[in-house]
This record gives sequence, C-alpha cells and structure tokens, in this order.
Amino acid sequence: MGWFNIYSAVYNEEHKEIFDFSQRYGKQFIWIIASLIIAVFVLIIDNRFYFFFSWVIYSIVILLLILVLIFGTEINGARSWFEFGPVNLQPSEFAKIGTALALASYLNTKRQDLTRLSVMIPSFAIIIFPAFLTALQPDMGSTVVYFSLFIVLFREGMSSYIFVSGLLMIILFFLTLLLNNLYLSIGLIAIAFLLMLYATRKFKLCFSGAGIFILITGVLFAVNQLWLNKAIDNEIVILFSLIISGIVFAYYFYIRKSTPILIIFLFLTGSIMFVNTVDYTFDNIIKPHQKDRVEITLGIKSDPHGTGYNVNQSIISIGSGGFVGKGYLKGTQTKFKFVPSQSTDFIFCTVGEEWGFLGSFVIIGLYIFLILRLIILAERQRSVFSRIYGYGVASIFFIHFFINIGMAVGLVPVIGIPLPFLSYGGSSLWAFTILLFIFLRLDASRSEYLA
Amino acid sequence: MKDAFINRKYVIVALFMLASFCLIIRLFIIQVVKDSYRLSADNNVLRYVTQYPARGLIYDRNGQLMVFNQAAYDLMVVPAQTSNIDTAGLCNLIGIDYDLFRERMKAAVNYSRRAPSIFLKQISDETYARLQEKMFMYPGFYVQPRTLRKYTKPVGAHALGYVSEVDENLIRKNPYYKLGDYIGKSGIEEAYEEELRGKRGVKIYLVDVYSRVKGSYADGSKDTVAVQGSDVISSLDLNLQEYGELLLKNKRGSIVAIEPKTGEVLALVSSPNYDPGLLVGRVRSENFAKLLADTVLQPLYNRALMASYPPGSTFKPIIGLIGLQEGVITPETRFGCHNGYLFIKCHSHPSPLNLEGAIQTSCNAYFCQTFRKVLENPRYNTITDAFNKWKGYLNEFGFGQKLGTDFVNELTGFIPSATYFDRYHGKNGWHALTVVSMGIGQGEVGTTPLQMANMTAAIANRGYYYTPHIVKAIGTDKTIDERFTTRHQISINPANFEEIILGMEAAVKGGTGKVAAMKDITVCGKTGTAQNPHGKDNAVFVAFAPKDDPKIAIAVYVENAGFGATYAAPVAGLMIEKYIKGEISNKDLEKRILELNLEGILQESETQ
Repeated sequence: MGWFNIYSAVYNEEHKEIFDFSQRYGKQFIWIIASLIIAVFVLIIDNRFYFFFSWVIYSIVILLLILVLIFGTEINGARSWFEFGPVNLQPSEFAKIGTALALASYLNTKRQDLTRLSVMIPSFAIIIFPAFLTALQPDMGSTVVYFSLFIVLFREGMSSYIFVSGLLMIILFFLTLLLNNLYLSIGLIAIAFLLMLYATRKFKLCFSGAGIFILITGVLFAVNQLWLNKAIDNEIVILFSLIISGIVFAYYFYIRKSTPILIIFLFLTGSIMFVNTVDYTFDNIIKPHQKDRVEITLGIKSDPHGTGYNVNQSIISIGSGGFVGKGYLKGTQTKFKFVPSQSTDFIFCTVGEEWGFLGSFVIIGLYIFLILRLIILAERQRSVFSRIYGYGVASIFFIHFFINIGMAVGLVPVIGIPLPFLSYGGSSLWAFTILLFIFLRLDASRSEYLA
Repeated sequence: MKDAFINRKYVIVALFMLASFCLIIRLFIIQVVKDSYRLSADNNVLRYVTQYPARGLIYDRNGQLMVFNQAAYDLMVVPAQTSNIDTAGLCNLIGIDYDLFRERMKAAVNYSRRAPSIFLKQISDETYARLQEKMFMYPGFYVQPRTLRKYTKPVGAHALGYVSEVDENLIRKNPYYKLGDYIGKSGIEEAYEEELRGKRGVKIYLVDVYSRVKGSYADGSKDTVAVQGSDVISSLDLNLQEYGELLLKNKRGSIVAIEPKTGEVLALVSSPNYDPGLLVGRVRSENFAKLLADTVLQPLYNRALMASYPPGSTFKPIIGLIGLQEGVITPETRFGCHNGYLFIKCHSHPSPLNLEGAIQTSCNAYFCQTFRKVLENPRYNTITDAFNKWKGYLNEFGFGQKLGTDFVNELTGFIPSATYFDRYHGKNGWHALTVVSMGIGQGEVGTTPLQMANMTAAIANRGYYYTPHIVKAIGTDKTIDERFTTRHQISINPANFEEIILGMEAAVKGGTGKVAAMKDITVCGKTGTAQNPHGKDNAVFVAFAPKDDPKIAIAVYVENAGFGATYAAPVAGLMIEKYIKGEISNKDLEKRILELNLEGILQESETQ
C-alpha cells in the first residue's frame, strides 16, 4: 500500500503549490476533501457490489451520456456538462469507470476467450459505444481514452495482429502526414522485403517476387503515363501493382501455406491502403481546427499566435524551467496566464516551469510507478474480474498521463484531457478516485473468487 | 487458459516505459538542452521601462547657472489597453483635433498594439496639470516625464551647443542610444555628452498575457536607478560672454578670450548668433531648419572656431620672436622703411625703427626683412630647412593644426610647408621674396580666432600655453582631461618674449592700438588688418592685460570693418576692462561700439 501514500501526498502537495493564490485553490480543496470521503465510501462498500452491479453502473453512465447530449450545458462548444447549481458534473469522466467494470464483468463471464469473434465483437461494442456517445458531445479527449481499453483486451488474449495493426495505424497516421506518400509506400515495401528475407531466408524466392512486383509496377506505370494521361497517382499505381502481384503469388501461398509471407504481404497492402486513406481523410473529412492541431504537433505548420498558441506557450513555459526550475511559485509564464487552460489541461506547465527537469522527471516517475504498481497488483488478483478491472485502471491512467504531458511538451496533438490528480476539476478528481479505490477495494479482498 | 497470455504483461509494461521514456527525452531537450525557451519566456513577461536621467547642468566659471532642465511630458499610449474612451474629451483636453488623434492612434497601432509609443510629445505644464486629474478616464494613456534644456540668458549658443533627439542613423552607429533619447549636438553639449547624459535606468515590470503590469520583477532588485548627468562648470564668464555678444551685435566677427595661466576660455563669441532657447523642444527642428536656411547671416556658423582668416599684422609679434630666437635680429636691429618694402606698401612713420618701434607702428618693411633674414639664415643649407624651422615654431604655437581643445568642430587653419611651395614653383624655384607676404600675416597663412587668442596667451605667458578649453570642472570630483593641465612649452627664450611685449605695450600706449588703452591697466596688443578677398578688409586685434600679471588674452575679429584699430581694438579694450574691472570707464566708446551697425556695409560687400 506504499504507493497510496506516495501519490496521495503528491496530489495534496501539488494542488497546494498550483492553486495557492488562485480562487480555484479553495474549490479544489473542497473537491479533495469530498473525494477523500468518496474514497472511504468506496472502500466501505462490499467488493461484490462492484461485481454484481457492474452492468447496472454501465447502464447508468450510458444513460447519463445520452442525457447529457439532450440536457447538458454547452461549454466551449461541447455539450458535456450537467449543471447542478454551483456544481458542474461531467458524466464522461464517470463513464470510464462503468465501461471498465462492464468490460471486466463481460470477459469474466465469457472466460475471456477473446480469440473467438463472438466474444471479441461484444467486447469492442462495450468500449466503442460510450466512446461514440462521447464523440457526439464532441469531446475528442475523452473519446480517445476509451481506446486505451484495447490494451486490456490485448492482455486478455485479443489477437496480437489486431493490436499491432492498431499501433501501426497510429504510427502510420503521423508518418503519412509528415512524409510524402510515395516515399512512404516505397519505404514500407522495402521494410516488407527485408522482413520477408528475414522470415523465409529464401533469397531466390524473395528476389523473384520482388522482380515480378517491379515488372508489374513498370507496366502499370507505363500504361498510366502513355494511355491514361497520368490520371492515376503513383501511390495508387503501387497499390494496384501490389494487389496484382499478390494474386500472382496466391497460388504459391496456397501450396506452401507460407503464412509469414502472407502476413507480411497483407500488412504491407493494408498499410499502403491506410496511408492513402488517411491522406484523403485528413485533407477532405477532418474538421479544419483538428487538422491544424495535428499539423502543429508534427511541425508542418507553425502559427505561434493562432492555433499553435497553446502548445507554443506551453513549451516556452516548460522549457524556461531549465534543469532545476524557477522555484515554487516563481513561475512567471504560468503565473501570468500565458498558457491557456493552465489549471486544467496544461497543468503540467506549472510543474515544468517551477520545478524544472528534475521535478518533471519525478512526476513522470511517480505516474509510471503508480501505473506499474497497478499492473503488478492486477497480476496478483485471483479473480479474473479484478485483474481485468485493474488493467483497465492502469490503461486509463496511462493514456491520460501520456497524452496530457505529451501535448504539454508538443509530442501529441492538443486534445483536452486532464492529468490524473493534478488537473483542476471535481469530476475528473472524483472519477479517478472512484476508479482507483474500487480497484483498491477489490485488491483488499483479492483472495476471494468472484463468480 | 488463465495464464495463456501472462507474458503479454511484459509487452504492455515495455510499451508504457517506452512512452514515458519519449516524454522524458522530450523534456530533457526543451528544458536542459535548448535555452531559447528561457529567452522567449522573458520576452513574454518582462517589460523594460526606461527611466530617463536628468541631464547635467552647466554653470559658468563663477557658479552662475547657465543651462538647466525643465520638466516636459510626453503623452504615451498603449493602443491595446484603450477601450471605450471619450475621444472627444481627450482631444479637447490636449488641444488636438480628431483627425490628428486618429492619425496618431493609427501610427501607434502600426508600431505596436501592446507596447507603449509616444502619442504627443512635450505637452505643456498646464495641459499636463489638466490631464493628470482626468487620467483615470483614459485607460491606455499615461504621461512620461522628460526634461528639456532651459537657458538662464539667451547667450552662448555656439559654445553651449544644443540637444536633440537621436535619429535612426545615429542609433545604428551608436547602439547605446535608443529611439526617444536625447543627445548633445555641438558645443559643450556634444563634447561632454557622456558626462552630461547620465545613466539611464530601467525598471523591470512583470506583465501578464494582456500586457497589464503585475508588479516589479524580482522585487526591483534587477532595476537600475537613473543616475543624473554630471554637472559641468564651464570656464566661460557669463557676464563677459553676454557683453561680448552685445558688442558684436549687428556686426560679423568673433571674440575669443582666454585666461593665459590656465588656458580656460572666458568668452567665445561668434556673431551673428542665435538664442539657444530656439533649439529646444517641439519647435527645435522647425527653428533649426530656419537657422540653417539663413545663408546671409549664417547664425549656426561658429566663426571663432571655423573661420580661417589671414592673421594680418597680428602675426608680426611671432615673426619678431622667431627672428630674435634665430638670432637674425636683435631688439636694436633697425631696418629702413620708406613707405614700404619692395612691392609691399607701408604707411608713413619714422624710419629706421628698432623692433619695439616696428611693432608699435606695425611696420611692414621691418617684418618682411626679418622674415627674409629668417629664411636666408646662413645657419641652414637650404631655404627648405630654414622654412621648415620657421614652420616648426608656428606649429609650437598651435598654428596649422588642431589645438586639441574640447570644441567639437575646430579647424586646423593653414601653415604651408616647404613642399607646398615646391609643388607650386618647383624645387629650388622659390626664395624668400616669393613668400615674403607671409612675414606680415598675409598670403597663404590661415589662422582661426581661437588660434590667435591662444598665441596671445602664449605671449602673455612668455613662452608657454595650456590647450584652450571651455570646461573647467566636471561633476563632484571636479576633474578635467589631463590634456588641459599639460603645459606646452615653446622653444623660444622668455627674454625674447619680453622684447616683443614691450613693442605690444607701446602699440597700445602710443601706437596703432591706442583706443584699447586705459588708465590703470597696462594692455599689450597688436592691431591687424587682414585682406579680405570677398570685400572690405577684416579688422583684427589681439591683446592681453595686465602686462605683468596677465589675466586675459583676447583676439577680436570684426569682418569687413577695415583697419583693425577702428573697431577691433575698442571691442578688445572694452572686453578687457569689463573682465578685469567689471565696469566700463569710457562710456562714449562703449556707446559708439554698441550703436555701430555694420550690417549695411556687409550687405553691400556681399553684393560686390
């Protein structure tokens, strides 16, 4: 239980530091006291309550997510708040808890056989449904959080191909925007070729395969150039060549049952298709302001006074902290509000500026310690339900931590997402407290089986 | 089944670690490796507000205040902070119309929306007082105090110089100055700019994202206080300066008076001149253009330093001195003069004369012969050597070169060298008679009034001088540059000076300079009439007094006034008496000089 003391100490101290002279400090103090009371309640309630009522809780939060779309108050263009007099409540924060509980319950009953499509699809649905509702608000930050639960699915046996595809898609998404599609396609083919060589160790086969591909590409390219008047983009030409060469090779695959080559080929084809899709989507479908944010993160666009203002000021304030920082309450950038939303989404700026690299390092270290500790605890659960829920908590913490700090230092596009226990805001503080303490409650009776 | 995927936890842990590692690397780069972010942060929050120091004051040698400062106020504006102000009310208050308001506002916005810029320069005291009461009604506007130069008396413009705002050219050349700074131009203001300007201070304020001041940075520990400029005590005698300017009114010319013992300049008059108060404040540039455009009177032209005239007969004492020192004449050497020497005419006087008599009557023949003897001195093999020896003495007196004074635009004058004549007449193509007119201060020689005054001081000192300077002491420690306390010894025997001084005494007592004589002060002087190629001759008079303990050495030039005795000598006499006794005994002479108006003659000679 050592980690409990550490991070609870951390959040108290940090809150004091950040809000000492701001009016939000007082409010936040009330939130903290309230969250401690909630924590006590969460711990008092019997552990079986969470198990048996997980679906009820899930239903309630889904209902709230639907209701907020109808009755919610619109703040900053998103209909994601309920107003109860002086208190504002954000149901999407609590929906994460419900979703994690429901997922754990579902996989527990189905004996976690995620290799079967009939289990996988409902699992996906449990995650995607609240994510979809949140996206309608629209609240992109919270939507992204749900996808972290795929990490849980991976742990519980989801095909690693799907997981790797997911990661590959994220990486390719950024590469597509950064690099020329044609070069990216050629690069992917080259990597695929090397992987094939490594997997099969049959040089003759690989080179003849490559030869056939180049031949087909050459013919298609010439056709495009001479008769089609360059109507087709070069990347598309490569994609078609790849599919045709695949058909040529299909027979060979069938005879030899050469799975590695097939896998590599399918990944390659998929990647190139994805790259072209992303490019099209990005240019034609995504909203301009979101496009801007992504482009600024990638350094394609620079606009220090417009859209990039947040990130630019955030990096300046963190960067000005230096190695040891400017000292407690001496941060000039954050004190004079150069960073927008500095008490919520850009809370990390205060740490970076006042405590410097050392402070930032310690904070990141504490988060990683907390998350790893959660994984260790999750792994020692006897009950599958508790383990899955534990992974859910770890994943949700991780995605918040990574995206929030990542956007403050300009690694990740700006999507509003709070930093657990540091950002101002009652809903998120309470939600994280409940999320965490339910797991503590489950851990306290880890020897019991929940059936 | 349960443990089938247990190893995947390592993949997840590795993924988490890798992600955190990326964050730490990125943090390390922006926080530790790059320091440009720190600068950007400072630019964000720090606002530097210049604290302008008051310029040093200027006193005369007797402690009378000459130049002081008057508060002036610039109305500043920060366009981004102005909102919903009563424009009409403000226009009314500061006395401008709406068009001008809009124009100024546009200019300010163009410069910067968030940084302050000058909206209206140097508003008057009354406007300031009225504005101060209602300042709160006009957010975004504030008043920045500045200082303007003020003069106790409208005299000494050339000596004091003036102050103007720096322009962009100057800022590029001298990075110390920033837009809106003042800098001394000409005179004491320019020469002692560094001492007078003081030290700018800066107050550092913290501002928030809306440019609002949030307090001082680091509790003011990084602020610097503006240090007031050092006061300067000029060597000028304000009363004498004023009197000199009065005497030269409606005439063209100059007066330079020096205290021989110290080299301190007592008066520096150049006429026509202007009221220094004209070149102050908002009207400065307009008035400056007017003065510059006056090509007839040229009031900005400082004749005392910049006019190079042939010295005329006032050069004769020097020629005599060199003759004595070189041993080509003795005080009793006599030369005959029958109304001239060769082609150079002379007036009628007894003949032959000794040295004293020759100076007294200003005999041209005597000094032509002396000069010829100097150049034909058998001691030297060639005329070149003899000529250069002669030139060497002149250089020792400060002729033909800059004296190294603290005046910023001093002229060198001109003393030709032997090679100069070689070029004209060919080597060995010239002899003493070719250049003989220089023996009476005509011909190629050019000297400035300042150089002539310095020569007179050297004679008064019997052989040495201190570089003339116009500032006696600076600041609290009252020091001046070493070069002004270094004695320049002239390699001529003091006894020879006594002989020359006897002649100069006689010239005032009963010779050409009689008008400058007075009962109880022994004045030694020498008249001169310098030929003027542009019109009527210039009257020159150099003198010092008293003979045995010289307190003042003076050179007076009155352009186009003819014979030196007529106008230059009385001016010198009045100046000497004014300085030594403080009052004038010969009121008739004073009245005659004051009423004398040579502008008519000047206009005539201009048209000739």
